[in-house]
Amino acid sequence: MRHTLILALLLAVFWLLISGHYTLLMLSLGFASILLVISISNKMDSVDQAHQPVYLSLSLCRYHLWLAKKIIVANIMVVKHIWLGNQSITPSLARLIMGPKTDLGKVICATSITLTPGTVVVDVTGNVFTVHALLRENIQDLQTGEMDSLVSRLEC
Amino acid sequence: MLIAASVAILIVMGMAIIRAVVGPTLYDRILAVNMFGTKTVLLIALLGFVMGRPEFLDIAIVYALINFISVIAVLHFSDSIYFKHDTQDKKTVKKEE
Amino acid sequence: MDTVISVASLLCLLLGSFLCLSGGVGILRFPDFYTRMHAVGVTDTLASAMILMGLMLQGAEANVVIKLIIILLMTLFINPTASYALAKAAMYSGLKPLLNMQKSKRG
Repeated sequence: MRHTLILALLLAVFWLLISGHYTLLMLSLGFASILLVISISNKMDSVDQAHQPVYLSLSLCRYHLWLAKKIIVANIMVVKHIWLGNQSITPSLARLIMGPKTDLGKVICATSITLTPGTVVVDVTGNVFTVHALLRENIQDLQTGEMDSLVSRLEC
Repeated sequence: MLIAASVAILIVMGMAIIRAVVGPTLYDRILAVNMFGTKTVLLIALLGFVMGRPEFLDIAIVYALINFISVIAVLHFSDSIYFKHDTQDKKTVKKEE
Repeated sequence: MDTVISVASLLCLLLGSFLCLSGGVGILRFPDFYTRMHAVGVTDTLASAMILMGLMLQGAEANVVIKLIIILLMTLFINPTASYALAKAAMYSGLKPLLNMQKSKRG
């Protein structure tokens, strides 16, 4: 029940932000569509903790800042290698064992790795991530386990 | 400047189309189409500002969602036979037809 | 103050266009599918962020800025998911990545 209420609240905020019209007709249409979405997602049995990761904690903010810095650095590096040409890249594939135990932690970890240009997660089985990287240094960078420990700290 | 950025994005979309036509494997084509879609979102947003009508952003949001669904929908069929052997063994596909 | 903001917006748009073009060159130039994915990653993350940030600084009202932020967040959430699905489908269908250097499996 609590999750349904949180979902309804999120949807209402979303509707109010997107539509710029606050007349009675628009608000009632929004109410109707929120009810529709909630009934559909109840029927699909998909309202639970995993679908509402509303953790507005301080460590998540710090993680996002760290990730943004990482993405900017990785972008500059990939663009440099695009203009340097094919001789300068060393594509490599590696299997890495990552720390996160829960599904949410794994999703955060895999998405962060894929979001950073230069590394793409190809497969996740258990705790083993298959990562394809543009340069061998990227894999070594992941192996130092900085992202690993940050995500593991987010989980608890 | 807005128009220059729109032209740059149009050029990139052209590059994506070239890759989608040339692309040796099917996955290259899907990748190029996905990139084309995300660039379309940016182009719609930019054109909204060029024409002074920011209402275009709603269309951009909807386009982002449709693009994601289309890529996932295409990949949903990646288990089927016709997808699997597109460069390696064309003979097996022909046989099953 | 106004000139500072408009110059910042111009710089963001310029940088975003350059990154977009780099990604476009990358998708044409790189040798195989998996490396091309990295080039697309550039255009999906920083290039989109820069262009949308340049639009946010164009002096629009709050409603428009919120919509731009939503588009940016959607791009950042959706694209890794699509890339992961694509890479996994390619790997499982037997498309081998090009490893022209020494093999570094089981790092």
